[in-house]
Amino acid sequence: MGSITNAFSSSIGKKLIMGITGLFLISFLVVHCFLNSFVFFDKTGVLFNEGAHFMATNWIIRAMEVVLMAGLLLHIVQGARLTFQNQAARPVKYAYNDGNANSKWYSRSMGLLGTLLLIFLIVHLSQFWVVSRFTGIPTIDANGHEDLYAVMKETFSNVWFVVLYVLSMISLGYHLLHGFASTFQTLGWNHKKYTPLIKAIGVGFSIIVPLLFAAMPVWIYLGL
Amino acid sequence: MSTGNMNLTLKVWRQKNTQDKGKMVDYKVADISPDMSFLEMFDVLNEDLITKGDDPIVFDHDCREGICGMCSMFINGRPHGPKDAVTTCQLHMRSFKDGDTIVVEPWRAKAFPVIKDLTVDRSAFDRVIAAGGFISVNTGNAQDANNLPIPKSQADAAFEAAACIGCGACVATCKNASAMLFVSAKISQLALLPQGQPERYKRVQNMVAQMDAEGFGNCTNTGACEAECPKGISLENIARMNRDYYSAKFISEEEG
Repeated sequence: MGSITNAFSSSIGKKLIMGITGLFLISFLVVHCFLNSFVFFDKTGVLFNEGAHFMATNWIIRAMEVVLMAGLLLHIVQGARLTFQNQAARPVKYAYNDGNANSKWYSRSMGLLGTLLLIFLIVHLSQFWVVSRFTGIPTIDANGHEDLYAVMKETFSNVWFVVLYVLSMISLGYHLLHGFASTFQTLGWNHKKYTPLIKAIGVGFSIIVPLLFAAMPVWIYLGL
Repeated sequence: MSTGNMNLTLKVWRQKNTQDKGKMVDYKVADISPDMSFLEMFDVLNEDLITKGDDPIVFDHDCREGICGMCSMFINGRPHGPKDAVTTCQLHMRSFKDGDTIVVEPWRAKAFPVIKDLTVDRSAFDRVIAAGGFISVNTGNAQDANNLPIPKSQADAAFEAAACIGCGACVATCKNASAMLFVSAKISQLALLPQGQPERYKRVQNMVAQMDAEGFGNCTNTGACEAECPKGISLENIARMNRDYYSAKFISEEEG
């Protein structure tokens, strides 16, 4: 048993935790992106509010929300610890280091990109999640559901929030561009037949999902 | 033979001992043949320093034919310099231009303390090997060919992992100073062959534990190690080590 518990504190175990929580957060992005895409299809927001109502009341979703928050916290805390440990592993820096000669800048900047995403998440969660789960949404829509769509319209009438969201989705895109394929390598899935496919899916995912997310505030701001 | 000799400016890390803070020092070298190796260029500079009564620059070197793993210079921001798949001793001055300024530093990692100037202490690698990078049985003389049936692809993969010369370029270039490429190569070369099987899961646990104890950083899959390795060791080895580690920790009953 000791062997299993100390496995997670080793360098490979810490990677495993980052990979598994990362993969879990990727699966969350799929659901979140799918439901939010309702804004593109219904200007009244009734469809979107329907989705939000389902997410807020379905007990499986509510239970998974707790797991999601735990996974998110673990990913953040572990990521921060790893970043500090890795910096400490090279106490004297190079006078000149040509990192671009051998690796991508975003692969080397996961800590920075993650920090930008953390700042975005604090703003984003306080704007929507805290409102819908705790402080309450003031208005209801034609269906009698809480009008989260109205909160969205109100938020994205401010152009600065639109800019913040779009920039944050660029950070997310680069974070995923490294993270998606990296997770599979960490899990040990490096395979001549599958790795090129995983990498291709990773690139597609890292472009499409953040692009859809970034389009939402722009869409609403422009009143499309 | 190439014609036209080169004049260069070198910015070299000088550090008296492990405790010394160290600093970059500028040197001019003149009349360098493009056919010299990088180390021969340093020999010329050192001859010059000795003649002047200065302390020569200490650097590691041994075979000078790219197979011993001793040379270890971080040249213009890259381990073993600008060429792919060569060690510093196999890097020639024709890879640079007349008038260039070249920055030369030692490998930098907490686990590789500087002994003097460009020489670092890489005995952390030896301790990782001593923790399990061997097989405990006497295998006797070489057996008849095909006595132990090993598929060609398997033998090739083991050989490719065994090509690691333990120079430490992977650690030097990794933004996290992680030693995973080295350790995974040393684990893979045995994990891929029948002789390595009896101690396979004990080995991976012990070697990873020693790697962590030495103060190397954690791998973040940037791929810099694979790109800079003079022997072309592949990231597949790290994935194999991860798999073996999970099997050892979560499936096998063997403790490290």
